[in-house]
Parts: sequence; C-alpha cells; structure tokens
Amino acid sequence: MEQAPVFELRGVTKYFGTTCALHSVNLVIGNGEFLTLLGPSGCGKTTILRMLSGFESPTKGEIFLQGECVNELPPEQRQVNTVFQNYALFPHMSVWDNVAFGLRMQRLPKNEVNQRVAEVLRRVHLEGMADRMPRQLSGGQQQRVAIARAIVNNPLVLLLDEPFSALDFKLRKQMQFEIKHLQRQLGITFVFVTHDQEEAFAMSDRVVVMNEGSIKQIGSPQEIYEEPENLFVARFVGDINVLEGQVTEVRDGGSLTADIEGVSFSLRTRREFSEGDKVKVLLRPEDLKVHLEHEQALEPPFFTGHIDETVYKGATVDIILTLDNGKTLQAAEFFNEDDEDINYRPGEKVTVSWVEGWEVVLEDEEE
Amino acid sequence: MRQGQLFRVTSIGVTWFWLGVFALLPNIALLLVAFLDKGETDFFIPVFTLNNFEELFSPIFLTVLWDTVRLAVASTLVCLAAGYPFAYAVAKASPRRRPWLLLLVIIPFWTNSLIRTYALILIIGAQGMMNKALMALGLIASPIEVMYTDLAVFIGLTYTFLPFMVLPLYASIEKLDPRLVDAAKDLGASSLRAFWHVTLPLTLPGIVAGCMLVFLPALGCFYVPEVLGGATNMLLGTFIKNQFLVANNWPLGAAASSVMTLLLIALALVYRTVNRRISGRERRGDMFVSGVEGGA
Repeated sequence: MEQAPVFELRGVTKYFGTTCALHSVNLVIGNGEFLTLLGPSGCGKTTILRMLSGFESPTKGEIFLQGECVNELPPEQRQVNTVFQNYALFPHMSVWDNVAFGLRMQRLPKNEVNQRVAEVLRRVHLEGMADRMPRQLSGGQQQRVAIARAIVNNPLVLLLDEPFSALDFKLRKQMQFEIKHLQRQLGITFVFVTHDQEEAFAMSDRVVVMNEGSIKQIGSPQEIYEEPENLFVARFVGDINVLEGQVTEVRDGGSLTADIEGVSFSLRTRREFSEGDKVKVLLRPEDLKVHLEHEQALEPPFFTGHIDETVYKGATVDIILTLDNGKTLQAAEFFNEDDEDINYRPGEKVTVSWVEGWEVVLEDEEE
Repeated sequence: MRQGQLFRVTSIGVTWFWLGVFALLPNIALLLVAFLDKGETDFFIPVFTLNNFEELFSPIFLTVLWDTVRLAVASTLVCLAAGYPFAYAVAKASPRRRPWLLLLVIIPFWTNSLIRTYALILIIGAQGMMNKALMALGLIASPIEVMYTDLAVFIGLTYTFLPFMVLPLYASIEKLDPRLVDAAKDLGASSLRAFWHVTLPLTLPGIVAGCMLVFLPALGCFYVPEVLGGATNMLLGTFIKNQFLVANNWPLGAAASSVMTLLLIALALVYRTVNRRISGRERRGDMFVSGVEGGA
C-alpha cells in the first residue's frame, strides 16, 4: 500500500458476551481504495464495519483513524459515514431533508447546506426528487438518497453495509457500476460489506475474505480467485475442484511430482513441501481440459472418466464428470462456433487434464 | 369469496348495529333533550329552548369547565412525562425482561379502577402511608392535607390513566427502527439531537394517541373527583352526573354532555389529522388502532 492508511486495525478482538465475533484482526485500509469485506453471514464483517463507524468498540486491540486511536470515539464525532442496509432513510423527512441532515447537524450556514445538497442530488441524478418522501421512491432511488445523504458530508471513509441486498438483479448490476464510478470520481475510501463474491470482485481494489471472526486472505480479486491461500477461500469464492494427492518427489525451483487421485502429475507451487506430504490440488472448472477419449488429444498424464451431465449456460457449458476412481469434477468450456466437440453425451468416455502451473497446491489442513 | 363477504357484512353489521343502538341513539337523544325545557316533575318537557346552552355560559359552568380542562391537561402532561421514559425503557429492555415490565402496566387494567381510587386514600390520606412516612423521616411535623383538594384529584387522574399513556407509547417506540437512530448518529447527531429529530417525530403518533387516551377520559371522569376531591371544586363529570341524578335537570346535563362530546370529537379529528400527516396515505388506520394495537 503506497498511500498513507486511513484506517488501521491492530489486533482487534471483539466479544459479545462470551461469543467471540472477531479474533485478533489486523487490517490496513489505504486512502482512496475500494476495499470489500467478503464472507458468509456471521463471519464478523459487519462487526468490523460497526467498529469503523463507531457503533461498537473493540474488546481488545486498537483502531486508528488517520493515525489517531478512535476506540472510544462515538459515531457522531467520526468523519465516517454509512450507507445502511435497507438504507434507513428518515421516513418523516423529504429527500432534501434527509440529505441535508448531516450538514444541519454540523450547523453549517443555510446557503452552504442548500448548495451542497443540490450538488450531491445532481450527482446521484435525483434533482427532481428533492420534495418526495422516501416511501414515494423506488428501491434504486432510495439507494441513491442513502448514498447522497452519506457523501454530502465529505467523509474520509464511506461504509456500505450490503447496500444492494434489497435490489433486483438488473438494478444491482447498474448500482454496482454507479458506485464504482462514484468512488473513482470522489476519490473517497469505500469499505464495502457483502457476502456476494461476484459483487466483491466487480467493484473492489482489494478483497478481505473473512470466516468465523478472522481474516482468511487479503488480496486483489484476481489474487483471491487464482491464488487462494486456503481451502476456505478457494471454496467460498467461485466453484472449484479439490483433488487429493501425496507428494512423491520434490525438485528445485518450486516443482514437484505428486500422486493425484491415482495418477502421477508434475506440479508447480511457491509453497514448501517435502516427500510424503498430503496435499490438496485446486483447479477451477474453466482450467480443466476435457476431451473425448478416442480423440487421443492429450499427452499423458491425464485422468480418465465419463460424462455425467452437461449444463448449457449460454456463454459456457458446465460439464459434470466422474473419474474412474469415483471422484466427481466440474469443468466449464467456452462455446466456440467452429468447435463442435463440446457437445458431450452422458456416459461418453473422456480424458481430463490441465495446463501445468494453473493448479494451486495447498497442504491438507483437513487431516 | 361470497362466504367471506357474508362474514364481513355480518360482522361489520353487528358492530354497526350495536354502536347505533347503544351509542349513537342515546347520544342523539341526549342532543335532542339538550334543546328541551326542564320540568318540575318530569325529567324534561317537550318545549324547544336554547336556555340550557345559555346557562352553560354562566360563570359557574365556565369555572367547572376551566378547572376540568386544566386538571385533565396537567394529568396528561404528567402522564406523558412519566410514561415516555418508562415506555422507552420497556421497549429497549431485553426480550426476557420486557413482558414483566409490561405486566406492571397491565395489572392495574385488571383491577377495578374504583377500588384503585379508594386504595389511593390509604396512601395520600391524612393518616395515610405518605404522611406517616414523611413524619417518620421528620420531614414534616403534621400531616399534609392532600385529600379533598385539586392535588388529590390530579394524583388520582394521573395514577388511573398512566397505563393508557404507556401502552400506545410503548407500541410506537417499539416499532421504531433502531437503525434510524444509528443513521442520525452516523450523520453527526448527538444522542439528544437524534432523539429530538428522529425518535420524537417518529413516535408522535404514539404520543398523540396516549395523550388522547388520557385526556379524553380524564375530562369526563367523575368517580375520581367524587372519591378524592371535595365538594368545593366540582368537575365536569360530576356536574353532569349531578344534573341527571341530583338536580333532576336532564336538559342542562344533556347540554353540558353534548358540549363535552363535541369537544372530544374535535380532539379526535385533530388526532386523525396529525396521524395522517405523519404516516401518509398508505396507512389509513382507524382512530386509535394504529397506536394501540401492539400494546394490548
């Protein structure tokens, strides 16, 4: 991280009663970045967000905002604003009054309030809606009011708590785009909470994958997807095939040979292994190469198996197949007009392989 | 479909019939009697007159009306001041403790209010617990005279009607989305300003409902001033009762009663207007229902 951090969490632990919601979390949030906290419900992502906004304080550890410890600083004194889940718009106030609320709390002069509210409403394309009440707006418009109400205060950090959960699919895509666009325009740090990995990948500079109160991996969407550091991240983010293996030979330069599901493959890895180690080999469906057995298109080593089912997905075809040892795999192939050979029939014999180096090798943590 | 409609027509019809026969008709009769002359031996004689309403402008009746309104307003305000924090505390209490706190409010409902009024004498009477306690503590030398004063009536009204304030307040505070208060704080409002700008306006329907439910019965209540108040300070309820049962002047009683009914209707309309303005057009809730439903 080149820029100075805006938020920093050091060893932050949070207990609710005897339940540990966060376990010794360290996180640096850079100025101007779009950071997403991703994880299943109950993983602690919302707890982190509530500590950044000031609604919770850590049981142990420190939170720094621009270098100052803000453990006990209440939300109203932090230059941080939140877009709440379901928006939490004030139902008894017009759009204008909702957006002006924060500025009025700062007791700014009336003409400055008017000017800033008008400007931010223009920015979120709600110029004509100022006199409407929240209940007279569509979901997408309410969402925009919630965003306008937060960014009008020029926060150091904007927190977004699953802001799209109430929107339908199409609107969600559009709002993702708009929010990403807005973040680039404003240059404000956005911290986004979601359980939807596609949403996280589409918007974020960095993704923090969490589970059971601790951080499992921090990285760019690409790093998270292609180089998962553990099985939780690998399985949580997208579809993945997990193959069982055992190291049979270790060579210099990150290369090794392993017996995988009964077949000996050469693998590449940055991790250290020694002979006899049990490993998991991770392969994304789109990384697998599937060919009909009689075509003899693949050089060994490869697996042999048979097709169970193909699922037409428009741009791709998902292939479910079973290896000869009974292991089920999922592969995905892109349609190619010239190439008809991805029309498999159930029961057809196939060979399966992948490009060496595309695999991720992890130690077997489930032992 | 047809069966559902039959059920609706029947159930609503029965209610309408009941209210028509036992509420609307007597009130119309009362209004008619108010325009008739009083008789020496009969309750009234069928001669049209406006004398009864003229009599209501006499200083005696106006004093009664003023005292009544003053006491009812004071009781309502005290009930609100005491009821709001309590209702708030109940609404924010843990789910385990909440039913027990609510029970504190509901138990008095199960007790006859006349008995509760007599029970008050045991506390505020000259030889009552309050005086004994204060004398034992050496704070006063001789008992404070509370009984048979306005103060006693005021204490009685407040005590009797407090639950009617707490329940609608509780219902509306409990319904309030706590995230709205969070949002206000997130936008820079202190706890006090968040309360003033968000909690208070959004619980206004409960406040108005509670005030109506205390003020209206307090206005017409006759047994509390009867038991706790003196003969010197007559209130509206007692005045009306006396015209019917003591002075045998039905027309005057009917006129006073009609004026009070009109006053109540006017206040009910105020309530509806306020409630509509707050909750908008979607919730066309009945007079009190929207405020009270969650509490009972």
